[in-house]
Amino acid sequence: MEISTSSYKRCDVVKANGRVDSYTAPELEEVLNSVTGNGTYKIVFDMSNVDFMSSKGWWVLIETQKKCKRYNRGELVLYGIQDRIRESLDLVGMGSYFKIFDDLTAAVGSF
Amino acid sequence: MPTAKFPARFESLEKISQFVVKAAREAGFDEAAVYAVDLAVDEACSNIIEHAYGGEGRGDIKCTCQIANNNLKIILRDQGRPFNPSSVAEPNFGAPLEELKPRGAGLFLMRKLMDEVDFEFEAGSGNVLTMVKHRSK
Repeated sequence: MEISTSSYKRCDVVKANGRVDSYTAPELEEVLNSVTGNGTYKIVFDMSNVDFMSSKGWWVLIETQKKCKRYNRGELVLYGIQDRIRESLDLVGMGSYFKIFDDLTAAVGSF
Repeated sequence: MPTAKFPARFESLEKISQFVVKAAREAGFDEAAVYAVDLAVDEACSNIIEHAYGGEGRGDIKCTCQIANNNLKIILRDQGRPFNPSSVAEPNFGAPLEELKPRGAGLFLMRKLMDEVDFEFEAGSGNVLTMVKHRSK
């Protein structure tokens, strides 16, 4: 899995590629922790190239969302989530914890 | 009846995924069902490594895929501690974000994604998890 971070004026975009499972989720956690550690709590997670996501990955996003939303200082939003992954997210009922965008400009512009 | 043995490490998850995805495609499943099987097996194997073995590198996971009568049956065997599904706390999805606890999602997903999920422990041979997906569903 490859992860990149781009900084915009009002938010950071974290983009992952490939498979997020118990093996790769710690890497994602590390990147997201470093973004929030730098004081950025407005984050777009670009999932357009993520083709597999297990519950381990969702827990990393949930923990990041908790940090971002604390004190109303920001939010983690999702962009480009593939249909099958979205279905599994809705199946467990975790979808309600995230705003989901189909358009990157709209996701970045939401902040 | 293809069977393969994988070291019980998180690194193996991708190879296990490739193995079951191939079987699900051979069984004639559509891509949504293939993903469901893939995810259920990933969650099951992560639980085996974390809970049955209590960490990585403590044994193997043996995976068997059987295709019969429009069904795909996946059998996962491990030599870890006996797993009792009733000991797993229910996930508290629906709770406010701050109260959400990281627990039980794997088992919950497996039961939602597959048509049958059955755990057995056999003295001497360990845990046997059998999951079945019907092609029509």
